[in-house]
Amino acid sequence: MGRLGGALMSEFEPKIVAFVCNWCTYAGADLTGTSRIKYASNVKIVRFPCTGRIDFMLLLKAFAEGADGIIVSGCHPNDCHYTSGNFHARRRWVIFRGLLNFMGIDVNRIQFSWVSAAEGAKWADVVNGTVTTIRELGPYTEYRKAADYLVQQDKSIIDGQEALIKSVSSL
Amino acid sequence: MKKCFISLAGLQRWLNVLIDTQKHLYAPVNKGAKVDFGRVASADEIVFDHIQTTQSAKSVAFPRTDVLFSYEKEKGKVQLENADLTAYPETVVFGLHPCDAAGFNPLGAIFNWDYKDELYNARMERTVVITLACTKADEYCFCTSVNGGPGNTVGSDIQLTPVKDGFLAEILTEKGEALVKADEAAFEADRGDVKEKYLVKLPEKFDIKTVQEKLQTAFESPIWKAQSQRCIGCGACAYVCPTCACFDIQEDAHGTKGKRLRCWDSCGFALFTLHTSGHNPRQTQAQRWRQRLLHKFSYMPDRLSVRGCTGCGRCSRACPVDMNIAEHLRSI
Amino acid sequence: MEDVLIEKKPAIAGNSFSGELQKTANELLQSGEVELFIGYEEGTRFPRPCFIASTDEVGKLIFDDRCTGNLAVYLTRKDLIGDKKVGITASYFALRSILRLLTEHQIQLDKLVVLTVSAEKEVIRFATTDDITAYLQTAPIPVREDDKALIEKLNAMSREERWEFWSAELSKCFKCYACRAACPMCYCTKCIVEENRPQWIQPWASTLANIEWHINRAMHMTGRCADCGACGAACPLGLPIHLLSHQIVQEVTDNFALDVNQAVSGDNALSTFKPEDKENFIK
Ligand code: SF4
Ligand code: SF4
Ligand code: SF4
Ligand code: SF4
Repeated sequence: MGRLGGALMSEFEPKIVAFVCNWCTYAGADLTGTSRIKYASNVKIVRFPCTGRIDFMLLLKAFAEGADGIIVSGCHPNDCHYTSGNFHARRRWVIFRGLLNFMGIDVNRIQFSWVSAAEGAKWADVVNGTVTTIRELGPYTEYRKAADYLVQQDKSIIDGQEALIKSVSSL
Repeated sequence: MKKCFISLAGLQRWLNVLIDTQKHLYAPVNKGAKVDFGRVASADEIVFDHIQTTQSAKSVAFPRTDVLFSYEKEKGKVQLENADLTAYPETVVFGLHPCDAAGFNPLGAIFNWDYKDELYNARMERTVVITLACTKADEYCFCTSVNGGPGNTVGSDIQLTPVKDGFLAEILTEKGEALVKADEAAFEADRGDVKEKYLVKLPEKFDIKTVQEKLQTAFESPIWKAQSQRCIGCGACAYVCPTCACFDIQEDAHGTKGKRLRCWDSCGFALFTLHTSGHNPRQTQAQRWRQRLLHKFSYMPDRLSVRGCTGCGRCSRACPVDMNIAEHLRSI
Repeated sequence: MEDVLIEKKPAIAGNSFSGELQKTANELLQSGEVELFIGYEEGTRFPRPCFIASTDEVGKLIFDDRCTGNLAVYLTRKDLIGDKKVGITASYFALRSILRLLTEHQIQLDKLVVLTVSAEKEVIRFATTDDITAYLQTAPIPVREDDKALIEKLNAMSREERWEFWSAELSKCFKCYACRAACPMCYCTKCIVEENRPQWIQPWASTLANIEWHINRAMHMTGRCADCGACGAACPLGLPIHLLSHQIVQEVTDNFALDVNQAVSGDNALSTFKPEDKENFIK
């Protein structure tokens, strides 16, 4: 890699959103902190009662609003506070991930993990690993471009309004 | 009105000049297996041999999603900014058929009925319409039954009729004349081609006077239920229609700022008339189908003196369950 | 699997199977066993759905290879059917949907007479859901060559190319919801796109708003889609959105070993789970 490439890479600080369950991963992340394990600070944690509650739309919204990567994490199988929330979530993730991949949405930007309340070190690992991956993948502008809802219609008849949109969105 | 002759090569050269002068040119192009309007970068992308584009050309003046204004709240103050109408591009729509151009008539009537819709009018002012008269039709076309025709010039600034070795060009308005000036040399002297000789012959499918008379007393008729049974209540027919103008107002809010948008809607949707109270005055698809036909063929002629149908047949081509509008009108 | 409950009526020589179907419908209506018969009639270019309430109209009934739609979509239409006893000619895929609608308690078998016309042009009347399952497992699955070719093309693409393909295709969608209206499984009185507290999906037409709509629609099909293709066939813009539903069917089959033809056994893809479900992407 050339010098410029390296410089650009190090300038890019990925934005990562972590959707975690309250009982395991959130507690695990807390332990990472209290154990003073160093880990990347790029992650914004959003706490949910259970992985079963993490709607897939939240992930899509995170990408649309600027996330470059996403972590989804909860209790290990058989450890769910509500018995089976994570089993249900796992099924949904399998389908969702398959669909996204088929549509060409970059599933490498979503890291799923099981992190228990005792696994402070594993949480640091997951976060650091994700940050490294996303740093390599670069910003997820491709997806956000599609989110810019009126600039995209290049080939379509409605782009007559493109100029207008630029003037309006430059607010 | 002035008549000229233009060859295909001349036409392409002229259209390319228009593109070069920063005009947005929309024309029928291939989209997958379908032909639809798209912005073209070069005249050779344009498709000529299709019967009808999937969508009408109405979106040049009434886009599917349009910004009305944007707002931002800052320190307790709200800043509003209207859509900048002067930023709309100079637009040329090419290759639409007479039924599409005729559609701007009812559309304009709706958007200027009680309130003068600035967005629609500003877009129309900047739009020049070049139609292509029809030398072909299919079993869905019925313009001749609704006072239109394959060579109807209503709504056109210029109309081209494919004739031997080129096109007969009728320059119909000042806007059209101004556009010709961009490359006058492309237009040759009229060769005396007889337009009617080239137009497709399309027999009438129903008598519009009789249909309209019958509709006057048809509100309670059982025919609506019978006809609408297979209708699944989507918006396909309304969205492809050159005259359907229903819209919904939506809010694209992001924290303290956002935009207010106008987007297409359809009377075929069950939610279209649903009140906040939960009451729905049009509870069944039969009532919604009745509204569709009565609006187009009774209410609009009565109130706006213009019919909400130009006979393009798109709704019937687009309908997943073959609600053929001409057939239904005939059977009333 | 031979099943005695399937009544087979061989087509009479010199008489079309449509004639046979008309005869059956006539009997059903005459005896009062059904009050409304849902089938196909000739349309402008292709056969279209028709609703027959009296024996005078049975003459227009047809059923042939062109009748690939999914008439099961009408079975949940209360304004059409009410409490009526209904007969239906179901295509292969419509049979799957009927099984699924039964599993989801949207229709009742005791108010329904299900008929199909087999590849051998026999009119078949199903008495139980097991009969339908048995038929589905032996009858040839109608293939759609175009879809197969496109799926192969997509699977051979890189991720970036697939994104290009789908974002370009879906940017065209103008949200007419014909895909939803044509799907027997989209019977919700209020769809997720109409939900506005919170407004999950932007209701206007634009690339990402369209992509989000189609991801939601496809996700809601998990374990429910009959793979009939009616959604894509309904799209006036010809967008291949049924391939998204198809992908979901594929994922469900591959990952949870659920069989679309066994839908009535009560296996739901997302409301059930197995502790031993496999995946290869969770750290
Ligand atoms: S007539 Fe056809 S296109 Fe129109 S709402 Fe009904 S099913 Fe949809
Ligand atoms: S999603 Fe499409 S393919 Fe699946 S059942 Fe519905 S209409 Fe058929
Ligand atoms: S897309 Fe989902 S919410 Fe909408 S009608 Fe279909 S199943 Fe219901
Ligand atoms: S039928 Fe086609 S255009 Fe209509 S909402 Fe579905 S994908 Fe979009």
